Amino acid sequence: MAIHGLWIINKAGGLVYQRNFAEGLAQLTSNEYLVLAGTLHGIHAITSRLSPTGSSSGAEVIEGESFKLTINLTLTGTKFVLLTSLTETTAEVILQKVYEIYADAVMKNPFHTPEMPIRSEGFDSKITTLIGSG
Amino acid sequence: MAYSQPHPRLSLLSNSSQSSVDQFSPTSSSTRFSVPPTPSIHSTLGSVKPPSGPRPNIYDRNLNKTRTSEVSASAFTFLFSEIVQYTQKRVGGINDLERRLNTLGYRIGSRVLELMAWRAESSSKAPKREIRLVPALMVIHTQVWKAVYGKAADAIEKSVENADEYMIIDNDPPIERNISVPRDMGGLSCSSFTAGVVEAVLDGLGFPARVTAHGTPTTQHPCRTTILIKLEKSVLEREEMLK
Repeated sequence: MAIHGLWIINKAGGLVYQRNFAEGLAQLTSNEYLVLAGTLHGIHAITSRLSPTGSSSGAEVIEGESFKLTINLTLTGTKFVLLTSLTETTAEVILQKVYEIYADAVMKNPFHTPEMPIRSEGFDSKITTLIGSG
Repeated sequence: MAYSQPHPRLSLLSNSSQSSVDQFSPTSSSTRFSVPPTPSIHSTLGSVKPPSGPRPNIYDRNLNKTRTSEVSASAFTFLFSEIVQYTQKRVGGINDLERRLNTLGYRIGSRVLELMAWRAESSSKAPKREIRLVPALMVIHTQVWKAVYGKAADAIEKSVENADEYMIIDNDPPIERNISVPRDMGGLSCSSFTAGVVEAVLDGLGFPARVTAHGTPTTQHPCRTTILIKLEKSVLEREEMLK
Protein backbone atom coordinates (compact mmCIF):
# COMPACT_ATOMS: atom_id res chain seq x y z
CA MET A 1 0.00 0.00 0.00
CA ALA A 2 2.08 2.88 -1.23
CA ILE A 3 1.84 5.64 -3.76
CA HIS A 4 5.11 6.29 -5.55
CA GLY A 5 4.40 9.05 -7.99
CA LEU A 6 1.94 11.10 -10.00
CA TRP A 7 2.29 12.26 -13.60
CA ILE A 8 0.04 14.48 -15.65
CA ILE A 9 0.48 14.22 -19.40
CA ASN A 10 -1.13 16.76 -21.71
CA LYS A 11 -2.94 15.80 -24.89
CA ALA A 12 0.20 16.23 -26.99
CA GLY A 13 2.19 13.79 -24.87
CA GLY A 14 4.15 16.35 -22.89
CA LEU A 15 4.69 15.86 -19.17
CA VAL A 16 3.20 18.89 -17.43
CA TYR A 17 3.42 17.66 -13.83
CA GLN A 18 5.54 15.07 -12.09
CA ARG A 19 5.89 14.43 -8.42
CA ASN A 20 7.27 11.62 -6.24
CA PHE A 21 5.67 10.72 -2.94
CA ALA A 22 8.02 8.12 -1.46
CA GLU A 23 11.60 7.99 -0.34
CA GLY A 24 14.15 5.73 -1.99
CA LEU A 25 12.73 5.75 -5.51
CA ALA A 26 15.03 5.50 -8.49
CA GLN A 27 16.15 9.04 -9.28
CA LEU A 28 15.60 10.10 -12.85
CA THR A 29 16.46 13.39 -14.51
CA SER A 30 13.61 15.57 -15.69
CA ASN A 31 14.60 14.80 -19.26
CA GLU A 32 14.22 11.07 -18.62
CA TYR A 33 10.78 11.68 -17.16
CA LEU A 34 9.81 13.61 -20.28
CA VAL A 35 10.96 10.73 -22.50
CA LEU A 36 9.08 8.17 -20.37
CA ALA A 37 5.90 10.23 -20.48
CA GLY A 38 6.16 10.62 -24.24
CA THR A 39 6.68 6.86 -24.63
CA LEU A 40 3.69 6.10 -22.41
CA HIS A 41 1.63 8.49 -24.51
CA GLY A 42 2.61 6.53 -27.61
CA ILE A 43 1.95 3.14 -26.02
CA HIS A 44 -1.42 4.36 -24.85
CA ALA A 45 -2.31 5.46 -28.37
CA ILE A 46 -1.34 2.02 -29.69
CA THR A 47 -3.33 0.14 -27.03
CA SER A 48 -6.43 2.14 -27.88
CA ARG A 49 -6.24 0.82 -31.44
CA LEU A 50 -5.45 -2.76 -30.50
CA SER A 51 -8.92 -3.57 -29.19
CA PRO A 52 -10.40 -6.49 -31.16
CA THR A 53 -13.94 -5.50 -30.27
CA GLY A 54 -14.58 -1.96 -31.45
CA SER A 55 -13.17 1.26 -30.12
CA SER A 56 -11.35 1.40 -26.79
CA SER A 57 -10.11 4.12 -24.49
CA GLY A 58 -6.71 2.44 -24.25
CA ALA A 59 -4.66 0.97 -21.44
CA GLU A 60 -5.97 1.60 -17.95
CA VAL A 61 -3.60 -0.43 -15.79
CA ILE A 62 -0.08 -1.61 -16.52
CA GLU A 63 1.35 -3.99 -13.93
CA GLY A 64 4.98 -4.92 -13.37
CA GLU A 65 6.54 -7.28 -10.89
CA SER A 66 6.97 -4.58 -8.28
CA PHE A 67 4.67 -1.77 -9.25
CA LYS A 68 1.39 -0.84 -10.87
CA LEU A 69 0.71 2.07 -13.20
CA THR A 70 -2.86 3.31 -13.36
CA ILE A 71 -3.89 5.62 -16.20
CA ASN A 72 -6.95 7.83 -16.22
CA LEU A 73 -7.71 9.38 -19.61
CA THR A 74 -10.04 12.38 -19.46
CA LEU A 75 -12.44 13.44 -22.19
CA THR A 76 -10.13 16.30 -23.11
CA GLY A 77 -7.14 14.01 -23.69
CA THR A 78 -5.22 14.81 -20.53
CA LYS A 79 -3.83 11.69 -18.87
CA PHE A 80 -3.42 11.27 -15.12
CA VAL A 81 -0.97 8.52 -14.24
CA LEU A 82 -0.44 7.12 -10.76
CA LEU A 83 2.47 4.84 -9.92
CA THR A 84 1.68 2.66 -6.95
CA SER A 85 2.60 -0.60 -5.28
CA LEU A 86 0.79 -3.72 -6.51
CA THR A 87 -1.45 -3.92 -3.48
CA GLU A 88 -2.78 -0.38 -3.76
CA THR A 89 -6.51 -0.59 -4.43
CA THR A 90 -7.53 3.05 -4.30
CA ALA A 91 -5.62 4.28 -7.36
CA GLU A 92 -8.73 4.96 -9.50
CA VAL A 93 -10.43 6.86 -6.71
CA ILE A 94 -7.33 8.94 -6.07
CA LEU A 95 -6.92 9.75 -9.76
CA GLN A 96 -10.53 10.90 -9.90
CA LYS A 97 -9.88 13.21 -6.96
CA VAL A 98 -6.67 14.48 -8.57
CA TYR A 99 -8.72 15.30 -11.68
CA GLU A 100 -11.13 17.25 -9.49
CA ILE A 101 -8.29 19.20 -7.88
CA TYR A 102 -6.79 19.81 -11.33
CA ALA A 103 -10.08 21.24 -12.57
CA ASP A 104 -10.29 23.57 -9.57
CA ALA A 105 -6.74 24.67 -8.87
CA VAL A 106 -5.28 24.59 -12.36
CA MET A 107 -8.00 25.25 -14.90
CA LYS A 108 -9.66 28.00 -12.85
CA ASN A 109 -6.35 29.73 -12.18
CA PRO A 110 -5.92 32.72 -14.51
CA PHE A 111 -2.13 32.44 -14.32
CA HIS A 112 -2.00 28.94 -15.80
CA THR A 113 -1.43 28.50 -19.53
CA PRO A 114 -3.23 25.42 -20.88
CA GLU A 115 -0.95 22.55 -21.99
CA MET A 116 2.00 24.10 -20.17
CA PRO A 117 3.78 22.76 -17.05
CA ILE A 118 1.76 23.26 -13.88
CA ARG A 119 3.29 25.69 -11.43
CA SER A 120 0.61 26.40 -8.88
CA GLU A 121 1.02 26.49 -5.14
CA GLY A 122 -2.67 25.82 -4.66
CA PHE A 123 -2.46 22.63 -6.71
CA ASP A 124 0.67 21.45 -4.89
CA SER A 125 -0.80 21.97 -1.45
CA LYS A 126 -4.11 20.29 -2.34
CA ILE A 127 -2.24 17.27 -3.74
CA THR A 128 -0.20 17.15 -0.55
CA THR A 129 -3.40 17.04 1.52
CA LEU A 130 -4.77 14.27 -0.69
CA ILE A 131 -1.76 12.00 -1.04
CA GLY A 132 0.85 13.21 1.44
CA SER A 133 4.13 15.00 0.93
CA GLY A 134 6.57 12.10 0.64
CA MET B 1 2.64 45.57 -23.40
CA ALA B 2 -0.34 47.78 -23.96
CA TYR B 3 -1.64 47.83 -27.50
CA SER B 4 -0.74 50.99 -29.33
CA GLN B 5 -3.98 51.09 -31.28
CA PRO B 6 -6.87 49.69 -29.31
CA HIS B 7 -9.36 47.75 -31.33
CA PRO B 8 -12.72 49.55 -31.50
CA ARG B 9 -14.40 46.59 -29.84
CA LEU B 10 -12.07 46.69 -26.84
CA SER B 11 -13.81 47.33 -23.58
CA LEU B 12 -14.28 50.82 -22.30
CA LEU B 13 -11.65 49.97 -19.75
CA SER B 14 -8.91 50.39 -22.31
CA ASN B 15 -10.07 53.94 -22.88
CA SER B 16 -10.13 54.73 -19.22
CA SER B 17 -6.47 53.84 -18.88
CA GLN B 18 -5.50 56.49 -21.38
CA SER B 19 -7.43 59.11 -19.50
CA SER B 20 -6.92 57.84 -16.04
CA VAL B 21 -7.88 61.18 -14.54
CA ASP B 22 -11.58 60.77 -15.07
CA GLN B 23 -11.87 57.11 -14.23
CA PHE B 24 -13.27 57.58 -10.76
CA SER B 25 -15.73 60.29 -11.61
CA PRO B 26 -18.77 58.59 -13.09
CA THR B 27 -20.22 61.85 -14.35
CA SER B 28 -17.40 62.69 -16.70
CA SER B 29 -17.45 59.43 -18.67
CA SER B 30 -20.72 58.21 -19.92
CA THR B 31 -19.15 55.09 -21.42
CA ARG B 32 -18.69 53.68 -17.97
CA PHE B 33 -22.38 53.06 -17.67
CA SER B 34 -22.91 51.88 -21.20
CA VAL B 35 -25.81 49.56 -21.81
CA PRO B 36 -24.94 46.29 -23.51
CA PRO B 37 -26.80 45.32 -26.68
CA THR B 38 -29.65 42.85 -26.55
CA PRO B 39 -28.64 40.06 -24.21
CA SER B 40 -27.57 37.07 -26.25
CA ILE B 41 -28.52 34.61 -23.52
CA HIS B 42 -32.06 34.62 -24.78
CA SER B 43 -31.10 33.37 -28.20
CA THR B 44 -29.54 30.27 -26.64
CA LEU B 45 -32.49 29.74 -24.38
CA GLY B 46 -34.80 30.12 -27.33
CA SER B 47 -33.39 27.07 -29.04
CA VAL B 48 -34.28 24.90 -26.05
CA LYS B 49 -37.75 26.26 -25.52
CA PRO B 50 -39.57 27.64 -28.55
CA PRO B 51 -40.45 31.26 -27.75
CA SER B 52 -44.11 32.06 -27.47
CA GLY B 53 -44.90 35.53 -28.68
CA PRO B 54 -42.42 38.39 -28.35
CA ARG B 55 -39.16 37.62 -26.60
CA PRO B 56 -39.08 38.86 -22.98
CA ASN B 57 -36.71 41.74 -22.46
CA ILE B 58 -34.29 41.39 -19.57
CA TYR B 59 -34.85 45.05 -18.67
CA ASP B 60 -38.60 44.55 -18.29
CA ARG B 61 -38.14 41.73 -15.81
CA ASN B 62 -39.03 42.27 -12.19
CA LEU B 63 -35.85 43.08 -10.25
CA ASN B 64 -36.96 40.88 -7.36
CA LYS B 65 -37.17 37.84 -9.59
CA THR B 66 -33.48 37.09 -9.15
CA ARG B 67 -33.30 38.06 -5.48
CA THR B 68 -32.87 34.53 -4.18
CA SER B 69 -31.49 32.84 -7.28
CA GLU B 70 -27.87 31.76 -7.24
CA VAL B 71 -25.09 31.58 -9.79
CA SER B 72 -22.87 28.54 -10.26
CA ALA B 73 -19.64 29.21 -8.38
CA SER B 74 -17.68 27.19 -10.93
CA ALA B 75 -19.05 29.14 -13.87
CA PHE B 76 -18.31 32.40 -12.09
CA THR B 77 -14.75 31.32 -11.29
CA PHE B 78 -14.11 30.49 -14.94
CA LEU B 79 -15.54 33.85 -15.95
CA PHE B 80 -13.43 35.70 -13.41
CA SER B 81 -10.34 33.77 -14.52
CA GLU B 82 -10.98 34.87 -18.09
CA ILE B 83 -11.51 38.46 -16.92
CA VAL B 84 -8.12 38.43 -15.20
CA GLN B 85 -6.40 36.88 -18.25
CA TYR B 86 -8.08 39.36 -20.61
CA THR B 87 -7.09 42.28 -18.42
CA GLN B 88 -3.56 40.99 -17.93
CA LYS B 89 -2.93 40.99 -21.67
CA ARG B 90 -3.73 44.67 -21.85
CA VAL B 91 -1.74 46.15 -18.98
CA GLY B 92 1.86 47.13 -18.35
CA GLY B 93 2.25 46.07 -14.75
CA ILE B 94 0.71 44.81 -11.55
CA ASN B 95 -0.51 48.25 -10.46
CA ASP B 96 -2.26 48.77 -13.76
CA LEU B 97 -3.87 45.32 -13.53
CA GLU B 98 -5.12 45.99 -10.01
CA ARG B 99 -6.49 49.36 -11.05
CA ARG B 100 -8.44 47.86 -13.91
CA LEU B 101 -9.88 45.09 -11.75
CA ASN B 102 -10.84 47.82 -9.30
CA THR B 103 -12.63 49.73 -12.06
CA LEU B 104 -14.54 46.59 -13.06
CA GLY B 105 -15.58 46.05 -9.45
CA TYR B 106 -16.65 49.69 -9.24
CA ARG B 107 -19.14 49.10 -12.04
CA ILE B 108 -20.59 46.17 -10.10
CA GLY B 109 -20.61 48.00 -6.77
CA SER B 110 -22.58 51.00 -7.96
CA ARG B 111 -25.26 48.67 -9.33
CA VAL B 112 -25.28 46.48 -6.22
CA LEU B 113 -25.85 49.51 -4.01
CA GLU B 114 -28.72 50.76 -6.13
CA LEU B 115 -30.34 47.34 -6.26
CA MET B 116 -29.96 46.84 -2.51
CA ALA B 117 -31.45 50.26 -1.78
CA TRP B 118 -34.35 49.53 -4.10
CA ARG B 119 -35.03 46.15 -2.53
CA ALA B 120 -34.77 47.52 1.01
CA GLU B 121 -37.30 50.18 0.08
CA SER B 122 -39.83 47.72 -1.27
CA SER B 123 -39.45 45.09 1.43
CA SER B 124 -39.22 47.00 4.70
CA LYS B 125 -41.59 49.61 6.11
CA ALA B 126 -38.81 51.82 7.37
CA PRO B 127 -35.99 51.62 4.84
CA LYS B 128 -32.85 53.18 6.18
CA ARG B 129 -29.87 54.90 4.66
CA GLU B 130 -26.65 54.69 6.61
CA ILE B 131 -25.16 58.10 7.32
CA ARG B 132 -22.62 57.15 9.97
CA LEU B 133 -19.38 55.47 9.05
CA VAL B 134 -19.33 52.42 11.30
CA PRO B 135 -22.90 51.28 10.52
CA ALA B 136 -22.13 51.81 6.82
CA LEU B 137 -19.09 49.57 7.13
CA MET B 138 -21.21 46.98 8.92
CA VAL B 139 -23.67 47.03 6.02
CA ILE B 140 -20.83 46.44 3.58
CA HIS B 141 -19.36 43.70 5.75
CA THR B 142 -22.63 41.77 5.98
CA GLN B 143 -25.25 42.80 3.42
CA VAL B 144 -23.08 43.76 0.46
CA TRP B 145 -20.88 40.70 0.94
CA LYS B 146 -23.95 38.49 1.13
CA ALA B 147 -25.43 40.05 -1.98
CA VAL B 148 -22.22 39.63 -3.97
CA TYR B 149 -20.62 36.49 -2.52
CA GLY B 150 -23.40 34.77 -0.60
CA LYS B 151 -21.65 35.01 2.77
CA ALA B 152 -20.59 37.73 5.19
CA ALA B 153 -16.98 38.90 5.51
CA ASP B 154 -15.05 37.79 8.57
CA ALA B 155 -13.96 40.95 10.36
CA ILE B 156 -13.83 44.73 10.39
CA GLU B 157 -10.78 46.35 11.92
CA LYS B 158 -9.72 49.91 12.54
CA SER B 159 -6.12 50.81 11.88
CA VAL B 160 -4.13 51.60 15.02
CA GLU B 161 -1.65 53.84 13.23
CA ASN B 162 -3.91 55.87 10.96
CA ALA B 163 -7.29 57.21 12.04
CA ASP B 164 -8.57 57.30 8.46
CA GLU B 165 -7.96 53.61 7.71
CA TYR B 166 -10.38 50.74 8.16
CA MET B 167 -10.03 47.13 7.07
CA ILE B 168 -12.53 44.49 6.04
CA ILE B 169 -11.08 41.00 6.26
CA ASP B 170 -12.23 37.91 4.39
CA ASN B 171 -10.56 34.66 5.40
CA ASP B 172 -11.53 32.81 2.26
CA PRO B 173 -12.75 35.07 -0.56
CA PRO B 174 -14.62 32.96 -3.14
CA ILE B 175 -13.00 34.70 -6.10
CA GLU B 176 -9.48 33.95 -4.84
CA ARG B 177 -10.05 30.35 -3.83
CA ASN B 178 -8.57 28.83 -6.99
CA ILE B 179 -6.06 31.50 -7.86
CA SER B 180 -2.35 30.93 -7.26
CA VAL B 181 -0.43 34.09 -8.02
CA PRO B 182 3.02 33.29 -9.46
CA ARG B 183 6.01 34.41 -7.44
CA ASP B 184 7.15 37.03 -9.93
CA MET B 185 3.86 38.88 -9.48
CA GLY B 186 4.22 38.90 -5.70
CA GLY B 187 2.11 41.84 -4.65
CA LEU B 188 -0.88 41.19 -6.86
CA SER B 189 -4.24 40.62 -5.22
CA CYS B 190 -7.14 39.76 -7.51
CA SER B 191 -9.45 40.96 -4.74
CA SER B 192 -8.84 44.43 -6.15
CA PHE B 193 -12.12 43.60 -7.85
CA THR B 194 -13.78 43.38 -4.42
CA ALA B 195 -12.03 46.59 -3.42
CA GLY B 196 -13.70 48.25 -6.40
CA VAL B 197 -17.10 47.01 -5.24
CA VAL B 198 -16.47 48.41 -1.76
CA GLU B 199 -15.23 51.70 -3.16
CA ALA B 200 -18.35 52.13 -5.27
CA VAL B 201 -20.67 51.36 -2.37
CA LEU B 202 -18.82 53.78 -0.08
CA ASP B 203 -18.88 56.45 -2.80
CA GLY B 204 -22.59 55.89 -3.30
CA LEU B 205 -23.29 56.18 0.40
CA GLY B 206 -21.33 59.44 0.54
CA PHE B 207 -18.09 58.22 2.09
CA PRO B 208 -15.49 58.84 -0.63
CA ALA B 209 -12.45 56.65 -0.03
CA ARG B 210 -9.55 54.91 -1.72
CA VAL B 211 -9.90 51.17 -1.40
CA THR B 212 -7.16 48.62 -2.08
CA ALA B 213 -6.78 44.88 -1.55
CA HIS B 214 -3.86 43.08 0.03
CA GLY B 215 -3.20 39.40 0.49
CA THR B 216 -2.47 38.68 4.16
CA PRO B 217 -2.18 34.89 4.26
CA THR B 218 -2.00 32.91 7.47
CA THR B 219 -1.14 29.23 7.74
CA GLN B 220 -4.76 28.44 8.47
CA HIS B 221 -6.20 30.67 5.73
CA PRO B 222 -3.83 30.85 2.74
CA CYS B 223 -6.25 33.06 0.79
CA ARG B 224 -6.95 35.57 3.59
CA THR B 225 -7.40 39.03 2.11
CA THR B 226 -7.58 42.46 3.67
CA ILE B 227 -9.58 45.19 1.97
CA LEU B 228 -7.98 48.44 3.08
CA ILE B 229 -10.21 51.53 3.14
CA LYS B 230 -8.53 54.92 3.27
CA LEU B 231 -11.20 57.52 3.85
CA GLU B 232 -11.08 61.06 2.57
CA LYS B 233 -10.51 63.84 5.06
CA SER B 234 -13.98 65.29 4.56
CA VAL B 235 -15.57 62.07 5.80
CA LEU B 236 -13.69 62.17 9.10
CA GLU B 237 -14.49 65.85 9.58
CA ARG B 238 -18.17 65.16 9.06
CA GLU B 239 -18.05 62.24 11.48
CA GLU B 240 -16.60 64.61 14.10
CA MET B 241 -19.44 67.08 13.55
CA LEU B 242 -22.11 64.37 13.80
CA LYS B 243 -20.85 63.18 17.18
